[in-house]
Amino acid sequence: MDYFDRFAIPHPSPAIYASMVAIGLTVIAILIGLTYFKKWGYLWREWLTTVDHKRIGIMYIIAALLMLFRGGVDALMMRAQTAVPDNKLLDAQHYNEVFTTHGVVMIIFMAMPFIYALMNFVVPLQIGARDVAFPRLNALSFWLFFMGAMLFNISFVIGGSPDAGWTSYFPLAGNDFSQSVGTNYYLMSIQIAGIGTLISGINFITTIFKMRAPGMKLMKMPMFTWTALITNAIVVFAFPVLTVTLLLGTMDRLFGTHIFSMTNGGMDMLWANLFWVWGHPEVYILILPAFGIYSEIISTFSRRNLYGYTSMVASIVIISFFSFLVWTHHFFTMGQGPLTNSIFSITTMAIAIPTGIKIFNWLLTMRKGKIEFTVPMLYSVGFIPIFTIGGVTGVMLGMASADYQYHNTMFLVAHFHYTIIPGVVFAMLAGLTYWWPKMFGFMLNERIGKWAFWFIAIGFNVTFFPMFFTGLDGQARRMYTYSEASGYGPLNMLSFVGAVGLAIGFALIVYNVYYSTRHSSRNIGSDPWDARTLEWATQTPVQSYNFARTPHVDSIEAFWDYKKKGTPLFKGDIEKIHMPNNSGVPFIMSCIFFVWGFSFVFSMWIPAIITTIAIFACMAHRSFEKDDGHYISVEEIEDTEKDGEVLAYENR
Amino acid sequence: MSELFPRKQVMGFVFSLVLTAAALTVYFLDVSFAVGMTILLATAFIQAAVQLVGFMHAGESEDKVAIYANIYYGIAIALVTIFGTLLILVWDM
Repeated sequence: MDYFDRFAIPHPSPAIYASMVAIGLTVIAILIGLTYFKKWGYLWREWLTTVDHKRIGIMYIIAALLMLFRGGVDALMMRAQTAVPDNKLLDAQHYNEVFTTHGVVMIIFMAMPFIYALMNFVVPLQIGARDVAFPRLNALSFWLFFMGAMLFNISFVIGGSPDAGWTSYFPLAGNDFSQSVGTNYYLMSIQIAGIGTLISGINFITTIFKMRAPGMKLMKMPMFTWTALITNAIVVFAFPVLTVTLLLGTMDRLFGTHIFSMTNGGMDMLWANLFWVWGHPEVYILILPAFGIYSEIISTFSRRNLYGYTSMVASIVIISFFSFLVWTHHFFTMGQGPLTNSIFSITTMAIAIPTGIKIFNWLLTMRKGKIEFTVPMLYSVGFIPIFTIGGVTGVMLGMASADYQYHNTMFLVAHFHYTIIPGVVFAMLAGLTYWWPKMFGFMLNERIGKWAFWFIAIGFNVTFFPMFFTGLDGQARRMYTYSEASGYGPLNMLSFVGAVGLAIGFALIVYNVYYSTRHSSRNIGSDPWDARTLEWATQTPVQSYNFARTPHVDSIEAFWDYKKKGTPLFKGDIEKIHMPNNSGVPFIMSCIFFVWGFSFVFSMWIPAIITTIAIFACMAHRSFEKDDGHYISVEEIEDTEKDGEVLAYENR
Repeated sequence: MSELFPRKQVMGFVFSLVLTAAALTVYFLDVSFAVGMTILLATAFIQAAVQLVGFMHAGESEDKVAIYANIYYGIAIALVTIFGTLLILVWDM
């Protein structure tokens, strides 16, 4: 039995055993449910093998929401543990595992899939394309992300969770100080998901450069597409650094190299350095699509075109370059000299300038507009002041000398939640609500949505604003408990109350989905928000081929011009459409990747070698496969479009 | 006939052979570490440029601008990363 001892959890607790049982029961329930309702074939044909960017987008959303709740439960556990002094709810080891999981899940497995969910669904529609440039690679991207996420999520019941923080600094994360396989899970699962992200990056750049509708010059692209382009450019330049860093860490942990160790010529600070060379651009990978979403929403619900389009584009391009020049500000206190810190302090503060330009552009877009406070607009308007607090405290942290006071305190924790939550979570909820009718053919209930917004917005501030004060008073981050004499108790209790408010807000969103599915009208037309960009110019729900005829564009807001000035959008006759075939290979290959990662986590070399060969076999299969896709005939398109918006508009 | 002769490719091939030979001298000649590394780095980067332009046809399609912009951007980021890292961990530590 010695062989199987490695799968045991090093720090068991009743909560973990309960989770094991719950996971087991859920898996059994899903399997029985699929069999009972005879949905296996449907699942395989329509979802697991799909290469349709819209379905892949929806799967990304489901995965991201699941991970949001996983990470959210971790957050609640942390707030509950620190709510009162000397709390015994979680022990130190368990707390370490919880905050590590919270960070990794929220950044890598919630925020990243959420931005790719919306990019997948929206970008091809916004540029008038039929799919992304490489549909099958797109499926592979999703499944690699999904299997990476699943690999990470089983860590806490098989072998133990990572416990060295989401930054996983060596030498703490090395074998000497992190003996469980937890950090192996971290390295392998992020590596697998990261391959998927890198593939997506290349895929979307190609899509946006090569597949825009006729007439859509770069400077006539919708703002969300612009931010998607720049985001993916950052992905392509930043993720290789992560790949190499994780590989070096894996070498250290599994093969006994001394790259990040303190002895034998290793350089322990190199991990922190390389991690943030990726990590800071990653922050902008998360925030830029959010900026794009807000631009779309604010312009739609102010009934005005986006103010300062050119300066918006210029500022995201500048941000994308600056994002590579600031990484040292994550470790001002590591011991490098004042020259380095001064340089990176200045670049850090400089990045606030293009961001400020964007804030003013949104405000000026709203100026004199006919503002309509729908749920997406509420999130967008709520974002501006909250994000500004995050930005201002960011400039405070960016001052290297002052950072010695703030570093690794709750002040920092408050700061980055003040940027990431309005910057990513608000944006994703806004985008989800905004594009929901396009995805599912009905609208989310506005009333419940507004309740959820206020719970989230107020709950968020109640949770995180007190942390600025406890941080300035010296409460360190990642500290699992504190004494009563420290005086941190009351404010931490307030944080916990806010966290409960946030939880209620997210529960309301789930309820809203359930309620709207049952009660919302299905008769909403294709353009319920009276929006301005091309994704609203096709039917709802969107046909597999997106547009019966390719749209022709000659302004930034072609659909708006079409609606208001009657500029024709679709020209010529319907022709047969070439579409890619579904394929099971991406799913199968990603399952093999899952086993591959699992084998590496536990240093099981025989399965590792077999799965490595199997992965190459899958790629070879693709190379020799003859798959020319299929055509959708004109009759079939006309039949689908009979009641469709596109033809109906023509007759107007 | 002369326009059928792949002059550019043959020149590139000869040039890349010369670069390889130049790099190889580091092994045979007794030079200091600094000089050796300088020769190796210089020949490596020129070699990469020759390959990109001569044999991977970087400048021959209408994507020319995008390809070169991409390469320059990549080089800029790589230089910033390498010299930034050297500054942080070696020169100013």
